[in-house]
Amino acid sequence: MHELSVTQGMLDIALEKAKEARASRITAINLVIGEMSSIIDDCVQFYFDFLSKDSIASGAKLTFTRIPMQVRCRSCGFSFQPDKTAWSCPQCGKWDAQVVAGQEFYVESIEVE
Amino acid sequence: MKVKVLQNILDANNQIAHRNREALDKAGVFAINIMSSPGAGKTSLILQTIARLKDKVRIAVIEGDIASTIDADKIGKTEIPVVQINTGGACHLDANMINNALDNLSLKDIDLLFIENVGNLVCPAEFKLGAHKQMMLLSTPEGDDKPYKYPLMFTESEVIVLNKIDLLPHLDFDVKAFKKAVRGINPGVKIFPVSCKTGEGLDDWISWLEAALKGR
Repeated sequence: MHELSVTQGMLDIALEKAKEARASRITAINLVIGEMSSIIDDCVQFYFDFLSKDSIASGAKLTFTRIPMQVRCRSCGFSFQPDKTAWSCPQCGKWDAQVVAGQEFYVESIEVE
Repeated sequence: MKVKVLQNILDANNQIAHRNREALDKAGVFAINIMSSPGAGKTSLILQTIARLKDKVRIAVIEGDIASTIDADKIGKTEIPVVQINTGGACHLDANMINNALDNLSLKDIDLLFIENVGNLVCPAEFKLGAHKQMMLLSTPEGDDKPYKYPLMFTESEVIVLNKIDLLPHLDFDVKAFKKAVRGINPGVKIFPVSCKTGEGLDDWISWLEAALKGR
């Protein structure tokens, strides 16, 4: 439950980039969030509506692209989405995986006028 | 018009964490961020470590809790410098809280700083504090399936202390399955099975800590 501070951080980034682009309004903010993060979309939207209301981002649409957790076997190089209760490689059977996706947490782009 | 951003949402926190690390390095302080669920034994492990090392190593503690000074009071009895952070409901410590806490410690008089995070297996893993090591405790009653349920915590941690092994005869916790699960996704991780109650296994943890302090 730390969506408030995270949403403020996201809004700050969007406002700064909009200012650099000399935009007068932000219409959308596109976010990329890995599924390993504990952020809840609805909660971010709720805080965003509140935090942005007196800014040029007021009314902006938030889109969330969720990236599934993906690991790569260090032994044979095979990439896979791990099973919920086993992280062994489906190709070679080894337990030696490295997380390669699912930890993303960034503002991908903003749409401005 | 679309403007590419590609900026991490936690950048502001990460920048402060970076500054914390610089301040710690400058003063020669080795800091460990200790994370776990509530009641896993973070404070007990810190107290056991203080008892074993306080004549050799200058230790200080930052206590993070949602409310109360219960843990800080326990540490305070050992006459070790301690700063309590009350997050007032926030589920984790962040770099800015640590930045403020560092102002209340005399860093030049500290070798080892424990930062006891808020009890929570989820959020603390996402917020860097500037510590040199990310460490977590799991206690055996929590179950050996936790790496699958909280993968971020288990991939972010470089050291894992498995506490309450004295309870193993009464539990279904499978130590082998637990180690396999953790190493399956975090092969380099150090795992120390211990009991803060009986003292079993603590020597290995202390040896690792002393070696880490020497190498700092």
